Amino acid sequence: MEYKTNSKYPISHIIGFFLSLLLTFAAVFVALEAQLSFTIVMWIIGSLAVLQAGLQLFMFMHVTEGEDGKTNIINMAYSAFVAIVIVAGSVWVLTSGHAAH
Amino acid sequence: MDIKWNEILITGDPLILGSQIAIVLTVIAIVGGLTYFKKWGWLWREWLTTVDHKKIGIMYILSGVLMFFRGGIDGLLMKAQTARPEMNFLDAQHYNEIFTTHGVIMILFMAMPFLIGLMNVVVPLQIGARDVAFPQLNALSFWLFFSGAMLFNISFVVGGSPDAGWTSYFPLAGKEFSPGVGNNYYAIALQIAGLGTLMTGINFIVTILKMRTKGMTLIKMPMFTWTTLITSIIIVAAFPIFTVALALMTFDRLYGTHFFTLSSGGSDMLWANLFWLWGHPEVYIVILPAFGIFSEVIATFSRKSLFGYKSMVVSIVGIALLSLLVWVHHFFTMDAGPAVNSVFSITTMLIAVPTGVKIFNWLFTMRKGRIKFTTAMLWALGFIPNFVIGGVTGVMLGMAAADYQYHNTLFLVAHFHYVLIPGVVFAVFAGLYYWWPKMFGFMLNEKLGKYHFWLFVIGFNITFMPMFFLGLQGAVRRAYTYSAESGFAPLFLVSAIGSIILALGFAVFCYNIYWSFRYAKRNVSSDPWDARTLEWATASPVQFYNFAVLPEVKEIDAFWHMKKRNSGLVLKEEEIQEIHMPSNSGLPFYMAVVFGITGFFLVFEWHMAAAVAAIGIVIGLIIRSFDYDDGYHVPVEEIKNIESKWRKVEGGVKHHVG
Repeated sequence: MEYKTNSKYPISHIIGFFLSLLLTFAAVFVALEAQLSFTIVMWIIGSLAVLQAGLQLFMFMHVTEGEDGKTNIINMAYSAFVAIVIVAGSVWVLTSGHAAH
Repeated sequence: MDIKWNEILITGDPLILGSQIAIVLTVIAIVGGLTYFKKWGWLWREWLTTVDHKKIGIMYILSGVLMFFRGGIDGLLMKAQTARPEMNFLDAQHYNEIFTTHGVIMILFMAMPFLIGLMNVVVPLQIGARDVAFPQLNALSFWLFFSGAMLFNISFVVGGSPDAGWTSYFPLAGKEFSPGVGNNYYAIALQIAGLGTLMTGINFIVTILKMRTKGMTLIKMPMFTWTTLITSIIIVAAFPIFTVALALMTFDRLYGTHFFTLSSGGSDMLWANLFWLWGHPEVYIVILPAFGIFSEVIATFSRKSLFGYKSMVVSIVGIALLSLLVWVHHFFTMDAGPAVNSVFSITTMLIAVPTGVKIFNWLFTMRKGRIKFTTAMLWALGFIPNFVIGGVTGVMLGMAAADYQYHNTLFLVAHFHYVLIPGVVFAVFAGLYYWWPKMFGFMLNEKLGKYHFWLFVIGFNITFMPMFFLGLQGAVRRAYTYSAESGFAPLFLVSAIGSIILALGFAVFCYNIYWSFRYAKRNVSSDPWDARTLEWATASPVQFYNFAVLPEVKEIDAFWHMKKRNSGLVLKEEEIQEIHMPSNSGLPFYMAVVFGITGFFLVFEWHMAAAVAAIGIVIGLIIRSFDYDDGYHVPVEEIKNIESKWRKVEGGVKHHVG
């Protein structure tokens, strides 16, 4: 893998770093300080975690760079599509029928 | 361990006794023949240990022919039983076993190996590669498939066949309602064969993405290679679902868990849901390569490049995505609610759009073409009207409200035979007639091929067309008999007569293989059809390294344009370099044997024996990880020798387009 950031100022790394810090502290705040119910806390920090994982993929893990950049993106999108179809689809199909109630 | 020998070997049925005798005689004949002609070494060196994609492809195709025979006999037995009302030819249990094995064998052990076989032979040649990306893994894929297929096939003489339908719906398929070993065969044999298929999917994705020859961008690939790529992607997405479902089924049946049972919080619907989450993409796994074959055959024999190449690619990708979004249409009547049924009705009907695009592309490819009516082309032409009947009845079934009327009748059975036989079987025949000279260096007889075509197509229509009407009159599927008062008898008899004509067609095909093997002229050129893609740019049969010098591609239909420009056809001696090839390995065959033995013990729930046999699998994995064999190099002299043989033969590569 070649990195193109050698010569120029690593601006995306710095933005990524601060955004990650922000998201982490936001999660800490929600978990420890905010007076919310357990379910809501779990939903918020779960969403923050997914956001941060996505952020790091682009800022630090260079998914879009290199000769396989496009392939990586297609792979991840397709995997997400398949996983959502299988899991969410099954839950929907199996819980919406009369037999399930 | 409590072995009940009288339960292991099935006794008491004259049909099964006949099969047992036939199996014993065949085994004696094969072993005796190999010993008499001293062919054991040849068999081991040339076939059992080979990693050559062309030979592996031929073994897949041979297995496909054998399994077609087995599944076809099952079909004929069913047709004989239902030819007249109240027949006593098969009892209800035997009939259940036969329609179950017919379905499983025809989909997984006939259609799949035929198509994967053709993919193996053709795809590396079409992209100008010397083999697949992982040759030894490819051999392992074949041998695991073969092991699973054989394990499944012995069920009817050893222990009893699965009898819960090819879909094996719970709760029927559970231990409570099917206590015998039959459904254990289903769970374990399909698991072993499925492992092989999954590896094939991975292998072909990597091969096509990484091993294309210089200049062949994705958008210059032949259509069969495109469909193989997309098929492989669907395999990798869908087969793991089946793997998990079968594993849960195995736990339920062997170890008393409750994933799919009615009691203790299990969900029988979950099985149907997971089965079709795999099962519907599976339909597209078998139909897409078939579409690729038709594209190649129609373009070659219309002597035009494929109409709408890009729209073809877009519709394949569209079909691949939609294939994952329609599974509920297989169980509309299981009452998932109106919202679910409506959504899946719409996605189902949407699939007709890209499929329609493809049909019109083939028609426009033929328009103003100079069509040659070869046998391969006849299959492609026969495919279009027959497949359209299957497709249109599919849209009828796809409407959830109407499906309540059609479901579980012979209308459905007729529909999917009209999709799968023209869609897959016609394609396989077209592909075999088309690529046969590439595989073996001689052509199948065209005249016998035409008898084969007409008998098969007429027989197919007489067999399955009446089933549409029987279904509309209320004849249910999977019923072993019917009363005379039902009024079904005449159409059932017509259908049974049709199945005999169908079988005659297949017999002519087998005779054609025999006749051509004995008598067909060997001096066919390397490009007998005046074809368009790279597999025809090398010798027939193809030399083990495929290409002396890898070809360079500048446009779609690369070989056609090479012939037209008369460039890249002559081999310059100074360009020949040593070729690096993979070594043969006995390990895949060994793995098939230990997987087969372990599977057999698991089927009979002899857990300690299975655990001991499974050590053999681990040993195989260890041996493989210490395998440092990097293959060998073919010296330049040997390449020159081989090349000079076929390039000087009369009728070698044609130098201009006729």
